[in-house]
Amino acid sequence: MAEEVKLFRTWSSPFALRVVWALQLKGIQYETVLEDVAKKSDVLRGYNPVYKKVPVLLHNGRPISESLIILEYVDETWKQHSLLPQDPHARAMARFWAKFGDDKVMQSIWTAFVSEGKEQEAALAEASEHLQKLEEELRGKKFFGGDNIGYLDIALGWLANLVRVFEEISGLRVLDGERFPLLFAWLKEFSDAPVIRDCWPSHDKLITKFIALRQLHGAQSSST
Amino acid sequence: MDGVKLHGVWASPFSTRVIWALKLKGIPFDYVEEDLSNKSASLLRYNPVHKKIPVLVHGGRPVCESMVIVEYLEEAWPQFPLLPSDPHERAVARFWVKFIEDKSLNVWIAGRSAGEEQEKPMRDSSEMLAILEEHGPNKGKKFFGGDSINIVDIAFGGVAYWMRVIEEVSGGKMFDAAKLPRLNAWMANFESSPVIAKNLPDRGKLRDYFVPVRAKILSSSTSK
Repeated sequence: MAEEVKLFRTWSSPFALRVVWALQLKGIQYETVLEDVAKKSDVLRGYNPVYKKVPVLLHNGRPISESLIILEYVDETWKQHSLLPQDPHARAMARFWAKFGDDKVMQSIWTAFVSEGKEQEAALAEASEHLQKLEEELRGKKFFGGDNIGYLDIALGWLANLVRVFEEISGLRVLDGERFPLLFAWLKEFSDAPVIRDCWPSHDKLITKFIALRQLHGAQSSST
Repeated sequence: MDGVKLHGVWASPFSTRVIWALKLKGIPFDYVEEDLSNKSASLLRYNPVHKKIPVLVHGGRPVCESMVIVEYLEEAWPQFPLLPSDPHERAVARFWVKFIEDKSLNVWIAGRSAGEEQEKPMRDSSEMLAILEEHGPNKGKKFFGGDSINIVDIAFGGVAYWMRVIEEVSGGKMFDAAKLPRLNAWMANFESSPVIAKNLPDRGKLRDYFVPVRAKILSSSTSK
């Protein structure tokens, strides 16, 4: 019986991109269903009734939501090119850092991007602290996963394209080679890896999108 | 054999979750009660990133973040499984753990705020409960894990029991039993089940613990 693997995503979602990378790394055949954020399909809403968001992976008719959870599912279902390490403690550390990436790193960088003045300064300082911890995690390693791209590289992979976009739009210096030499080198290694490189959304389209998002956020917070 | 040590605080829902998992699996462990106003050198060494409890130390290696610890225990000690064996069902269980983790932040915010500031977190907490009531896994069964307690029950248990203490201490209502018959029944099942019942901190003592904690937070936030 042929397996049915479908990925519901948008063109730019960094979370959906995680799943694309995982599927590509494992060489899994799948169909993409492109969703419009402004007008989500009823099908998507049916598969993710709680959040109504992408990504959703559909495998033989059964939906899975939440990108990091999808990564674990993909790793458990298709054993080639393991994403998570075998050792339980190493797995726990990978999960810990992925959570740190989403809860702390992404949060602070986003706040720095959309805010101004003192709030922006504080967010940038916080982001630098968090990035320093990631820098230490990379010591002696080419990738967070060791010699090969793994779960944590994929979880943090959004740094490799979105930080450039934020820096270009805002003029901020977030992740530079002087302060974070290991992270900076990792960004390049990760971005240049064949499977990863082929999947990046258009840089210009991202610039347009995030300029608009930043303006929207600025407009919302100044009208309160 | 490698020893297991848990650094926790008796009043913390997060370290209590880990105790439940340890006890359910019958894993022997040593317990270190931390004083949050005077954190031990060990705690700071084992959790340099967040400096928080709980921290589980196994064979000298630390694991942090309560639900990451529970997943670690699940992988290192297979008895009394806390996750289903089917990958899709595992993904569903993990989805609900993440949902509970993300949405329950509102419960803790409600506990730390008053008046107008408390209204939104209270509403958002009620919304979380409504979604769990309707969509939570294994509807019609005793637990979110079906006939026995699983990782979702552990995650929610850490929220539900403390929610009622927060309601008492801060005023306001998040849990409307009349509107949540399923969750109401779940609470009775969970809190009366043998291992859990023996490892629930006393409600009165929790109340006495949180009253001054809340007062201190509120007075420091208004004196700016």
